[in-house]
Amino acid sequence: MDKPQSTELLNELSHAGRRCHMLPACDVPDVGPGMPHSALAAAPPPLPEIGEMDLIRHFTNLSGRNMSIDTNFYPLGSCTMKYNPKRHERWAGLPGFANVHPLQTDETIQGMLEILFDMQNYLMEISGLDAVSLQPAAGAQGELAALYVAAAYFRDRGELQRRRVLVPDSAHGTNPASASLAGFETVTIKSNSNGMVDLEDFKAKLDDRSAVFMITNPNTLGLFESQIRTITDLMHEKGGLVYLDGANMNAILGITRPGDFGADMQHYNVHKTFTGPHGAGGPGSGPITVRKHLAEFLPTPIVVKDGERFRLDHDRPKSIGRVRSFFGNVGILLRGYFYIRTLGPDGLKTVSENAVLNANYLLARTKKKFEVPHGERCMHEFVASARTLRREKKISAMDIGKRLLDHGFHAPTVYFPLVVPEALMIEPTETEGKETLDRFADALLSIIEEDSEFLHHAPHTLPISRPDEVKAAKEPKLSW
Amino acid sequence: MIAHRQAPKKKDEQNSVRRMTVLVNDHWENSLADAYILNTSSDRKAMLDAIGVSSVDELFAPIPSSLRLNRSLNLPAAQSELELSQHLEALAAKNVPAGKAVCFLGGGAYDHFIPSVVDAIAGRSEYYTAYTPYQAEASQGSLQAFFEYQSLICQLTGLDMANASLYEGGSGVAEAVIMALNATSKKHQVLIAESVHPEYRQVLATYLANLKAELVTIPTPNGYLDPNALRRTITDQTACVVVQHPNFFGCLEETESLASVVRDKQAVFIVSFDPISTGVLKRPGDYGADIAVAEGQCLGTQLGFGGPYLGILACRKQFVRQMPGRLVGETVDRNGKRCWVLTLQAREQHIRREKALSNICTNQGLFALRAAVYLAALGPQGLRETAELCMKKAHYAADTLCKRSHVSMRFKRPFFKEFTVCVQSNEVPRLLDGVVSSGFHAGLSMGRWYPWLQDSFSVAVTEKRTKQEIDGLASALQARLMHMEKGGA
Repeated sequence: MDKPQSTELLNELSHAGRRCHMLPACDVPDVGPGMPHSALAAAPPPLPEIGEMDLIRHFTNLSGRNMSIDTNFYPLGSCTMKYNPKRHERWAGLPGFANVHPLQTDETIQGMLEILFDMQNYLMEISGLDAVSLQPAAGAQGELAALYVAAAYFRDRGELQRRRVLVPDSAHGTNPASASLAGFETVTIKSNSNGMVDLEDFKAKLDDRSAVFMITNPNTLGLFESQIRTITDLMHEKGGLVYLDGANMNAILGITRPGDFGADMQHYNVHKTFTGPHGAGGPGSGPITVRKHLAEFLPTPIVVKDGERFRLDHDRPKSIGRVRSFFGNVGILLRGYFYIRTLGPDGLKTVSENAVLNANYLLARTKKKFEVPHGERCMHEFVASARTLRREKKISAMDIGKRLLDHGFHAPTVYFPLVVPEALMIEPTETEGKETLDRFADALLSIIEEDSEFLHHAPHTLPISRPDEVKAAKEPKLSW
Repeated sequence: MIAHRQAPKKKDEQNSVRRMTVLVNDHWENSLADAYILNTSSDRKAMLDAIGVSSVDELFAPIPSSLRLNRSLNLPAAQSELELSQHLEALAAKNVPAGKAVCFLGGGAYDHFIPSVVDAIAGRSEYYTAYTPYQAEASQGSLQAFFEYQSLICQLTGLDMANASLYEGGSGVAEAVIMALNATSKKHQVLIAESVHPEYRQVLATYLANLKAELVTIPTPNGYLDPNALRRTITDQTACVVVQHPNFFGCLEETESLASVVRDKQAVFIVSFDPISTGVLKRPGDYGADIAVAEGQCLGTQLGFGGPYLGILACRKQFVRQMPGRLVGETVDRNGKRCWVLTLQAREQHIRREKALSNICTNQGLFALRAAVYLAALGPQGLRETAELCMKKAHYAADTLCKRSHVSMRFKRPFFKEFTVCVQSNEVPRLLDGVVSSGFHAGLSMGRWYPWLQDSFSVAVTEKRTKQEIDGLASALQARLMHMEKGGA
């Protein structure tokens, strides 16, 4: 239930003299710190002063103004918003995991290292690749780390002319952004009329300056790039590397493996495929797996096993170094490990089968009345288009997304991928049941019959109506 | 609801039963995937009929058969919640976490106390099972919480604006440097003090290896960056200077003098700071930092073997267009009601693609929420008391160790909650390993990162440490050193 006071800010709730957290009295004698006066602050930062009841009520009320997986169907395409098992939260919170300091000696973290060592092996097996780094903090950082690995590999081979990264126009924005940050120039490859990589355009742009082809497979249209083997063979013939953006691994677990279709490097989004809770925008975890010839360039450290003992191997002379401090987003890696151990090999395959089944069922239910370019079949997600609706009835993808909120569904990803105008990218995931999918399809089909003016003003039942985004950007107010 | 073992039913009926937990050795189903999947066999059949195919396998037809994995993945078999609980508790018991041994380890991750309210709020699944708040109308809870986080970080740093989080402290430094390089586009040199966290420096080196930038590390033989050394090194080509305050050795830097050297060359002054220290020390904005970054783990996040943590980044107004990551801004809805949205997104990768200044997408939202709750729970007085307790106890510890344990201060510099001591031995790792069995994670061996500090280790003291624990550490170190002097193993 939404209340007027829900939107009060902490500084407005602040009341001089109130506090929540009390500290113990100091139990050591004062030995006179001798701090230089110039370093000391006259007063602590002017934080708000809040009592415990107000603090809890404030953030609890705010939480009611969110949609979340635990409260709503959240078919946000490309984000794999599946159920986050409660057992994971309990296990990750075991003091033997949660209270381990990142710089403890190997002898005192043998249990932790055993899990991470096993997780390394699981991720290699699932991707069909030979080596792994668990360090990257998110998918985008995994991409970046892999491109650093590629740059180091080509530098090591003296192939300094390889300055180009090829990226399909349907790719996530992080791909070209990572390429630039790794010092590469991005060359965009067109999609063909089937929504796949345009092979002719790819061949025309492929030469000995090509370093890496970054491909998402299944791609962001939810289609398996059936020519993937041809693409990877062509890239390898020219001496380049193929990078797989693993955002869509949820479609192919135990069915096909990136290493088997020719990828040399791949990142996982553990928070998507292996259900780390998305945390309202993170944390994620983006481990990368690579082929043998790239292993020596991976970030340090890596967990190795000597006899019965596990240790962190920091001594890797050709490594690119580090992309972050400490080991990685271990809390999310642990949850990925829990998930893989809970499901086992058959369970993981069942995940992908049901993810693909659910997406195809939603596609079948909606495509009769809703335009879905390349929509004969899909993998784990599909991209509908409101192009015709917009032209004929002035109903945009945004209108549909906003109106879905009134039905209690989170909106699909809208206006992505860029190759589909008025895109609505829908990924139901395997953890939804048929009734939910039916309710969602019914809502979607009812919305497109509604009056466009009514839709322009949707949502009608949420705590707020559409925000003025222009004002937010023109007169940025980023703090109290 | 737990399914109980029942008399076997006909196969179709068996499969139509939904279960959250499958009993051990259940012979009806060999997979636990059903634990999280709702579709029953009759649902699947109805769905396949609607699609117009006869099997799920047909849906995978676009994947050429030559690329299919024609075997099971080589992974351990599925296990029940009960079995895995036992397995995981056994593995957790093989670790010696903080708590099982008293933790005096620092180096960017600290054993601070976390008030219960932090877990109570961050444990609400309305937050932790939501995603990036793209749909503002359905995400006001997260958006307002991040706006509060940004505001609290501005108060903590004394700077104008903060983003909604980065991954952690190390990549935070790299992102800040890239901001500075973009803001001073004609300059390419980056100066960093050797006293900055070695892993942060490694991250920065990795990030800059493929860009047009020159990274120069300025030695800190006396445990801090001498402003005169900086004055001798800085040039007109210097885009930015990076220091850490308090630094990796625990020592304070001469921030105001350094800021004035940096300002004279119109370079950008980047400071990696300790958020807790602002309870007693001046804030980055107060002594002239242009960009402040920090590891936010100390603000309500467990040690968790290094992550997920929280990358804090704040800056002066003029750098807003160079800022990486998500920003939440205040606006109004159509009815004039105050609300919050993601804003200034034209900076970000999903809009600018290869022209974006950072590739960050998913960040550390849940840990920004934890930090916001933590800071609100402490308030100004709580933060001050926490910082004072850290400072007093650290100084008592330094004093006690020097008096009783045959160690001496490595640097004659003021410090806050962490300090570096040296011993008459280069076998520091052996010394520290030896006191774990006495119940102490005593400190971090500096030789691992600094070859010239083979005889040194750092000790971090938070508000959680008691006099008894500090005295115990002094005794354990003393006993261990005497044992080693006598030639003991």
